[in-house]
Amino acid sequence: MIDEPWTLSPSVALRPEPFGALAYHFGSRRLTFLKTPALVRVVRELADHADVRSALTAAGVPAGQHQAYAAALAGLAEADMIRPRVSAAPAKEER
Amino acid sequence: MTIAPEKPAQNRLVDHFERGLDAPICLTWELTYACNLACAHCLSSSGRRDPRELTTSQCEAVIDELQRMQVFYVNVGGGEPTIRPDFWHLLDYAVDHQVGVKFSTNGVRLTPDRARRLAATDYVDVQISLDGATAEVNDRVRGAGSYATAVTALENLADAGFGDAKISVVCTRENIDQLDDFAALADRFGATLRLTRLRPSGRGADVWDDLHPLPHQQRRLYDWLCAHGDRVLTGDSFFHLSAFGEALPGLNLCGAGRVVCLIDPVGDVYACPFAIHDQFLAGNLLRDGGFQRVWKGSPLFTSLREPQSAGACSGCQHFDACRGGCMAAKFFTGLPLDGPDPECVQGFGEDALARPRSVPASSVDHSRSTPTRNQPVLLQLRTRPPATACAESPLAGFSPEESA
Repeated sequence: MIDEPWTLSPSVALRPEPFGALAYHFGSRRLTFLKTPALVRVVRELADHADVRSALTAAGVPAGQHQAYAAALAGLAEADMIRPRVSAAPAKEER
Repeated sequence: MTIAPEKPAQNRLVDHFERGLDAPICLTWELTYACNLACAHCLSSSGRRDPRELTTSQCEAVIDELQRMQVFYVNVGGGEPTIRPDFWHLLDYAVDHQVGVKFSTNGVRLTPDRARRLAATDYVDVQISLDGATAEVNDRVRGAGSYATAVTALENLADAGFGDAKISVVCTRENIDQLDDFAALADRFGATLRLTRLRPSGRGADVWDDLHPLPHQQRRLYDWLCAHGDRVLTGDSFFHLSAFGEALPGLNLCGAGRVVCLIDPVGDVYACPFAIHDQFLAGNLLRDGGFQRVWKGSPLFTSLREPQSAGACSGCQHFDACRGGCMAAKFFTGLPLDGPDPECVQGFGEDALARPRSVPASSVDHSRSTPTRNQPVLLQLRTRPPATACAESPLAGFSPEESA
């Protein structure tokens, strides 16, 4: 996943909170908690970068933590909070 | 938003929740106190419409504000919300403004035509209230004919292709043996079962002593939830049962005023849907400058977001599991808020209930002043004659030796 282009799912909205953000999926009506501000930044950056790795770097996540963040992103992918980006070009961000 | 310094991922979300969020996660909005039924345990003492009920345009303004606050969905209830003439309009208005709606109904207005229209609407969940898996058990507390109404509504939804309706059950002493039957009923309609706790709120205070599950039934409920919890919704309402052992899925804390609150039909904002009482009134969204100002600034909510004392529970090894239980359940049974829940599974609630206490009078009551046609009557006349004749002596049963 870390070398692939990803983006926030179009049915998901993010609500900033002191701990990070709530992510709400309007389709599945699932609520997920993004537990750190850095993870929120990563999720917001995904659409504007060629792959997950560069989004992590842009969000200021040190390389040593990339694997841990990739695992968190895999969890979000499972709930369709984020999804693979089909077009190679960076997509427009968020609803 | 403030960007916090980098920290390793931490899992104590509960700590954040206890300090309150920028907007509620679970917002209940009761649209009307009017109801065609008069359930014995109604937590909002509904029946009569309040003449100060929010108008259509006032409701639209509330929805606009919820959209701005990114409250992604509301739980709409009442009373019976669908008997508001503008209910379907408000439903569409909310959905069009990115506020999903989950509404609770007894099913009275869910005609086949309406069910088809709901099936074609996104972001709408329907919750049909049913408090018995049989008409006999349900109608005793919800009123004659209410089981048939609910089942017809479920049939209409299923026939219209409305996926995954919810069957919402308040667990009582009389229906706890029917948990498997409820699950089968949900399967029959392609629905999901939702179980919630009976609170001594509203008219529930009058019947709680007779209807709340007995200790051995609580254990059965806990075991059933542990075995079937993945298929059943609970609104996280059974966290007091977590003191049996393994925590149940969901938020194991009282969210009142922190992540949960209630907007009532006249725009009063209460700490939780089970706490419609002056003591838990945070403000009014018409008088106090809107919902957000009440949510963020009311003195009541501010105090609920401060660290709470565990009080009499502070020495209990199970406190981390149950967090002292439900604030509303304690308040309406006259127990101190910093002590055990009246249904504490370690038995401390029974001890507390046995001590002197005074149950608060209700401060908001929209019950009808005259009985309705199908109003449940829990007090039943005896059908058999007494076994012995009445003892007419004023000293009957009095024995001086024993009482000395």
